[in-house]
Amino acid sequence: MTLYGTALLAVCHLLGILLGELLGRALGVPANVGGVGIAMLLLISARLYGHHRGWLDVKSEEGVNYWGALYIPVVVAMAMTQNVVAALRGGPMAVTAAVLTVALCACCIAFINRLEPAAGDAPSPAQE
Amino acid sequence: MGNVIEKLAKDNGLIIAFAVIGLVVLASGFISRKLTFGRIQGSAIAILIGLALAYVGGQMTGGSKGLADLTFFSGLALMGGNMLRDFAIVATAFEVQPTEARRAGWIGALALCIGTVLPFFIGVVVAYAFGYRDAVSLTTIGAGAVTYIVGPVTGAAIGASSDVMALSIAIGVIKAILVMVSTPALAGFMRLRTPRSAMVFGGLAGTVSGVSAGLAATDRTLVPYGALVATFHTGLGCLLGPSLLYFIVRAIV
Repeated sequence: MTLYGTALLAVCHLLGILLGELLGRALGVPANVGGVGIAMLLLISARLYGHHRGWLDVKSEEGVNYWGALYIPVVVAMAMTQNVVAALRGGPMAVTAAVLTVALCACCIAFINRLEPAAGDAPSPAQE
Repeated sequence: MGNVIEKLAKDNGLIIAFAVIGLVVLASGFISRKLTFGRIQGSAIAILIGLALAYVGGQMTGGSKGLADLTFFSGLALMGGNMLRDFAIVATAFEVQPTEARRAGWIGALALCIGTVLPFFIGVVVAYAFGYRDAVSLTTIGAGAVTYIVGPVTGAAIGASSDVMALSIAIGVIKAILVMVSTPALAGFMRLRTPRSAMVFGGLAGTVSGVSAGLAATDRTLVPYGALVATFHTGLGCLLGPSLLYFIVRAIV
């Protein structure tokens, strides 16, 4: 049943958030530490285990895949609710700090990703 | 008539949001195919339109939730809020190839550490250049450059003034929006095309909102890998900001 998939997703989500919250408490941080990431790992494990044991059928998977497919619409809705006005009013210092951060992080990402060994897929055009 | 529509909107917020987003995504797909000949992804255009509408909404109402501050569009706050966003992100984990994720685990963790320390450092340097000299303000502004949640959490923990906290939130929000907008354009330069590269991106680019929207606008299949790492970003920042990073700044100033 499709709902089983969504329920599995919901249980993983809640458990992950709960564990992230407890991890935050344990570390003395007033924030959720990786709750969503933990939930993702739980769901990946549940899928592997479910396939292995044979209780996760195609119909149930639909209940998860539907929410994965809603991801982009949800992100568009998120963009529509950003406080863009306040961001643009942040002044030269906020803009300078943000632009420099994004630019330097992009350079860092470019550097690390150029070290990636071209493993079979898409041959890299240049060897740096 | 006006009353009827107002009541309809009030009682069906989320449903209206689905319809509105559907229209925007449809229009974006059309623009992508007909005007840019597929060169710019439909989802990238949809996010840009979304940000533009958020600006319009913010200007009209003076609120902080973009278009969602207008009654008719209030359902967008639920649809685009943290709960459904995180739920959809977790759902994408179903597409993760565990072997890919495991192979890139350590480099993702490394990227996460650099992605916390480097933005913090830049934030502190910029704050110093703009005349801030006390350790508390420098740390809070630096933390804002990590994510817009780390900034105020750190500021509150070490007792920063409210205008410095507001500034740190502004830096974080601008950073998130910049990541959303610039990722598709910089994807080639950043070599963003494999699960491993998406995990590096997730660790370094920070903020879940920036990373999730940036990857959605670039390549939907990379989303779960980037998000998997990025979701640890705020937690790590909140852990290091008011402690280790603050002590380092205080020792130097």
